[in-house]
Amino acid sequence: MNASANATAPVIEAKGLNLVFQTADGPVHALKDVDLTINRGDFVSFIGPSGCGKTTFLRCIAALEHPTGGTLTVNGMTPDEARLRRAYGYVFQAAGLYPWRTIAGNIRLPLEIMGFSKAEMESRIDRVLELVELKGFGKKFPWQLSGGMQQRASIARALAFDADILLMDEPFGALDEIVRDRLNEEVLKLWARTGKTIGFVTHSIPEAVYLSTKIVVMSPRPGRITDVIDSPLPKERPLDIRDSREFIEIAHRVREGLRAGHQDD
Amino acid sequence: MTWLVGTIGIWLAAWALNARLAASGWARTTAGKLAVPILFGVTILVLWEGLVRGAGIAPVILPAPSAIAAKIAVSLPTLWLDFSQTFLKGALPGFVIGCGAAIATAIAIDRSPFLQRGLLPIGNFVAALPIVGLAPILVMWFGFDWQSKAAVVVVMVFFPVLVNMVAGLQASERMQADLMATWGASYWQSLVKLRLPAAMPFLFNGLKIASTLALIGAIVAEFFGSPIYGMGFRISTEVGRLGLDMVWAEIAVAALAGSAFYGLIALIERWVTFWHPSQRH
Repeated sequence: MNASANATAPVIEAKGLNLVFQTADGPVHALKDVDLTINRGDFVSFIGPSGCGKTTFLRCIAALEHPTGGTLTVNGMTPDEARLRRAYGYVFQAAGLYPWRTIAGNIRLPLEIMGFSKAEMESRIDRVLELVELKGFGKKFPWQLSGGMQQRASIARALAFDADILLMDEPFGALDEIVRDRLNEEVLKLWARTGKTIGFVTHSIPEAVYLSTKIVVMSPRPGRITDVIDSPLPKERPLDIRDSREFIEIAHRVREGLRAGHQDD
Repeated sequence: MTWLVGTIGIWLAAWALNARLAASGWARTTAGKLAVPILFGVTILVLWEGLVRGAGIAPVILPAPSAIAAKIAVSLPTLWLDFSQTFLKGALPGFVIGCGAAIATAIAIDRSPFLQRGLLPIGNFVAALPIVGLAPILVMWFGFDWQSKAAVVVVMVFFPVLVNMVAGLQASERMQADLMATWGASYWQSLVKLRLPAAMPFLFNGLKIASTLALIGAIVAEFFGSPIYGMGFRISTEVGRLGLDMVWAEIAVAALAGSAFYGLIALIERWVTFWHPSQRH
């Protein structure tokens, strides 16, 4: 992990990626000719209407779906190899905490599976609970916590084993605007502190622009990339950056991209 | 006549008292929660006693509760011998073996689609066999003692537990399973840490059904050959001798044992599946 030498090495590289699902209504082209390079330390957002393949692409990176054409590498390996080497943490749309385990127990789960020592587990649990500001909630059960806290716990769980890549699939989609703003700020802080490469699926334009260094605009039928925007915004981003001119310009370009994708409907 | 009138009077009075108790705030305290059902049970017994005495019902048709209690009191050694033969040696081992085999089979079925197509129909087939036909065959195979009774119980409890466990193993959410995949978990890791815990509410449904079947199976199996003790043996021979008070005594023991067994499993269920929405308080 020589971060300085690998500063711009591609972490995720897709070339001519295709994924066709065979369904009862005939083949569905979920991804068509997707080319994308994600570098170390990038914060990449995938935005587009439902059915555009943004979640599917993230699941391909995680080896939860398998492309039917093209190549996809994660850390220079196939996605399946990368998965077995625990290359990434994945946060789903719902927290997906196991109700029979406490918050600390849920965070301990991936560590148990990966065979960490007992002392190491406890210190990691403490560290990530602090990171997501859930200190003191380790002994609670998931159903005793609010939706926002559950989602933070699921992020802590994905961070616990310290993978270099963090994949997040609409992690705040079900939360209200205020909680969402706060969690977005926290994710940015986390990203600045840890230097992880983050893939983030969303359908909110402000969220995508606020968070990302790179915004990937996608459109449906067939799922494809229509625009890739490298954000000129600085790394340090207070919430009121959303009123700045640059922010509004990028948001405008994203909206144009989304509209263009809809024209052939 | 005084017996009848007195009994009905007590019944109506107890009914009125219970209705008032249940409607008052006191019924929500721990003592109240116990008192209301106990009063109901006592009323039933008094009504039974009074009707049997007042109407002069023959003991062969229906013995009074006091007569049954007296019979229980003088027959304790016999009842204990029968109970240990039928419940402790027949029903309990059969329950443990049958449920254990069903759980193991469910995991095998889950692991292999081939078995899924083959074993479930066979389990279904065995469950459909009439117990009165199966029991004599198993007595021929395993002898008169408790082993054949346990075998009957195994056959009876196997299928309900199997069906519930197979459903339970499929109950974990897609996302929870995906998470296991993203952590690179092996089949056994994800079985132990996700799918078995998620299956527990289903498993306990099966176990509760099986707990009542186990006692029925062990008692009925004794009708087809047994040593000269056991609850089923005693019931069938005492009926022949018109010793209906003893039959009722055995029924009382069976009801108590069956309820206690069910209650114990429900208690363990509450402890194991405390996280399930149906158990949270």
